[in-house]
Amino acid sequence: MQLMAEERGDIMVIHAMEDRIDAAGAIQFKDRMRELTQSQPLRVVLDLSRVAFIDSSGLGAVVAVMKSLGPNRKLELSGLTATVQKVFRLTRMDSVFTIHDQVPDGLQHAS
Amino acid sequence: MACNMQAEPIGASMPKLAGAHLTIPARQSAVREGLQCLFNTILLQSLPADERGTAEIVLAEALNNIVEHAYSCYEGEIEISLQLRKDALVCKISDTGLPMPDGQLPSGKPPILGRLDSLPEGGFGWHLIRSLSKDLEYHREGDRNFLTFRLDMRQSEP
Repeated sequence: MQLMAEERGDIMVIHAMEDRIDAAGAIQFKDRMRELTQSQPLRVVLDLSRVAFIDSSGLGAVVAVMKSLGPNRKLELSGLTATVQKVFRLTRMDSVFTIHDQVPDGLQHAS
Repeated sequence: MACNMQAEPIGASMPKLAGAHLTIPARQSAVREGLQCLFNTILLQSLPADERGTAEIVLAEALNNIVEHAYSCYEGEIEISLQLRKDALVCKISDTGLPMPDGQLPSGKPPILGRLDSLPEGGFGWHLIRSLSKDLEYHREGDRNFLTFRLDMRQSEP
């Protein structure tokens, strides 16, 4: 799983660069996310706009990453595609995460 | 990655009644490649995006469950058969792994979401399958498990 991180002060935006977070890649995703967030950013925004598909193992990995950040740091999500949104809605995980339509203003990747 | 598995279209000249068959080794990497092969077939490409997404969720959960549980102790293969009927995709999946506990499908009750530090990281698979599929059935014949279900489809063509 290729992830690209951008740091802006206390906020880190991590772009998932592949089109799926699934059982075959969940552990690697979790490990890479933990490595990237070791610098202790206060807010982490995970940009999922390139991710067309997530399964329950991928969802579990996203939850595990949020838990690993601890109670004082937040994992926020942005850019959920239709199928990813469906998995979050059916599992009610959409009520647990702060979800942005797109990467919040001022944090967008300069293209 | 090249698709090195065979998804065989059946009756390609009859798009109203078409199917695909695929046999994969019971491994997570093969599930990913197998789904990519299936979803690149004309059969599944012809479905509306929303239905295709639903089909991928249900098939992925069913296949991952077989890899993780039925074949937790040994290796084997999984056979997937999809038939597009007028208003539904009929899915049949079979394997020679361990039977379901008590010969029954799990209830699929969604895990309770509690405090942050105790949020569940798994246990969603059967809830997703049951929420999105119809006529879900499991039975065992000899040393083989059979799982069948239907996914409602809107036809994208008139």
